[in-house]
Amino acid sequence: MRVFMFEKPLGMRDTLPDVYKTKRALREAMMAEIETWGYSFIETPTLEYDETVGAASAILDQQLFKLLDREGHTLVLRPDMTAPIARLAASKLYKEGCPLRLAYAANVFRAQQREGGRPAEFEQVGVEYIGDGTMYADAEVISLMIFALKRAGLQDFTVTIGHIGYVDALFFDILRHEQRVETLRRFLYEKNYVGYREHVKSLPLSSIDRDRLLRLLTLRGGEAVVAEAKALATTEAEQQAVDELQQLWAHINQYGVTDMVKLDMSLVSHMSYYTGVLFEVYAKNIGFLLGNGGRYDKLLAKFHRPSPATGFSVRLDRLMEAIGEQRNDEKTTCIIFSQERFAEAYVKAAEMRRKGEKVVLQHIAGIQNMDQFTASFDDVVYVLGKHGKDER
Amino acid sequence: MLTVAMPKGRIFSEALSLLKQAGYDIPDDLEHSRKLMIDVPNEKLRFILAKPMDVVTYVEHGVADVGIAGKDVLLEEERDVYEMLDLRISPCYLAVAGLPNTRVHPIAPRVATKYPNIASTHFREQGEQVEIIKLNGSVELAPLIGLAERIVDIVSTGRTLKENGLVELERIVDVTSRFIVNPVSYRMQDRAIEHMVDRLTYAIEKAGECNEN
Repeated sequence: MRVFMFEKPLGMRDTLPDVYKTKRALREAMMAEIETWGYSFIETPTLEYDETVGAASAILDQQLFKLLDREGHTLVLRPDMTAPIARLAASKLYKEGCPLRLAYAANVFRAQQREGGRPAEFEQVGVEYIGDGTMYADAEVISLMIFALKRAGLQDFTVTIGHIGYVDALFFDILRHEQRVETLRRFLYEKNYVGYREHVKSLPLSSIDRDRLLRLLTLRGGEAVVAEAKALATTEAEQQAVDELQQLWAHINQYGVTDMVKLDMSLVSHMSYYTGVLFEVYAKNIGFLLGNGGRYDKLLAKFHRPSPATGFSVRLDRLMEAIGEQRNDEKTTCIIFSQERFAEAYVKAAEMRRKGEKVVLQHIAGIQNMDQFTASFDDVVYVLGKHGKDER
Repeated sequence: MLTVAMPKGRIFSEALSLLKQAGYDIPDDLEHSRKLMIDVPNEKLRFILAKPMDVVTYVEHGVADVGIAGKDVLLEEERDVYEMLDLRISPCYLAVAGLPNTRVHPIAPRVATKYPNIASTHFREQGEQVEIIKLNGSVELAPLIGLAERIVDIVSTGRTLKENGLVELERIVDVTSRFIVNPVSYRMQDRAIEHMVDRLTYAIEKAGECNEN
């Protein structure tokens, strides 16, 4: 008979005890910080309708796991938590004009195109702040993410902030055509600066406009970028985006986290999802994005409750990788007993458990390999024989 | 310290001389050594030598901060890296080639290539359905021995095609080498990388002027 025990669907992973402990410690640290900021944690179903949540999600269609229910409706395994929370907020929780702060720690599912080893299921911790369109909301979400990451023990990381409204307004002012704007936006989304520059040079533009488009790539750095972006702005929409960033910077400064933050006016995290301020967070030791977020003012309208909203999500698997294994100081004791003294062994175990200690209660006959078994515990207590004393 | 992934083979010496033109003090043993990892402490650089196709992988995973890779590899692998600069070295192009008077098989048209992604995208865009056969080298052999009627491969001088009696049927895209950057390094090591980009930009422009004169 062939044993399929070790086989898992592509991209699915087991979490073994040591990793589980590390993961839980990081999750709990982040959750504790998020709760002190007054956010309420919620859960939503793993399966959602493709027509609603699948369609509203920022994740590409080819990355969705889809299946059919008994009635033939297409279902998706949730690819992110933002769309389900938007659905929930729109249908029930959100009261017009009352800002709503929700949070989650949940697994999401994304089919991977290449390299089978990449996780197709991973946990995200994040928040959604619905119903507040002010820059205070953006600043709160970004600062909360920084505080939560620090509380989890992450030290060397940086947050890059951009504003998609600025990019779009600049592009539209010069190109005057949504299709052309999208072509150019795609180069930034794909991080193809060579292609961007070549494309800009190939367009029939005045040298001033060409220069404006090329200078967008250089608008990166600290607070000074705001002034540079302002100098480049000619339309009201660009001006408004710059003003928003200026306010945002001032608010983040209040939280005292500007040293973790940089601006990049050319940041395009997604082709169409975000509507204003957007950000990404990177950490040393891992080559991939740790988390991201931003303002998505058009999403709730898809559930017929138009409302401004912003949020962040952090990938717990990557946070674990960035921080490394957490030391676990908690001890586990093993009490090995024989039949005659079970009652005594149990009383001892129960007493220790009441104090919050971790105790394994093990009958001696159940152990085949004594040395290997006992080696996995910090402390072993033997309660054996008719009237024998406890041995250690 | 920045880790630079360099492609072994065709591009290597050109990339090296560009770095030297950019003012980098690079020891000669980099070119002749068989070591795969070489530190240049006075420039705060570490070089790793990889297969050209693998450079993008090292950079995407962040074990190399930056790298030099052909546009052909970037198109084929579609990795999540910043394409910062066109270094304008090792110019060549991707092309469809075959025997003179190639007759496409009416039932089972086959294309052999080292670039299955690029080839399948190209033929899909033409509305032509073909079977792509992935090879790892000596692609020119395929039409000669009857594995496929056509190939998609890199052409630089056209000599390999000619010597094997093949002709170019269609030009797909021009290729030069690019300076690529890992997305996290781009943020975490922005100063060092910007500095390198500036020096390379200067060297590319200087090389461009020389070619024009």
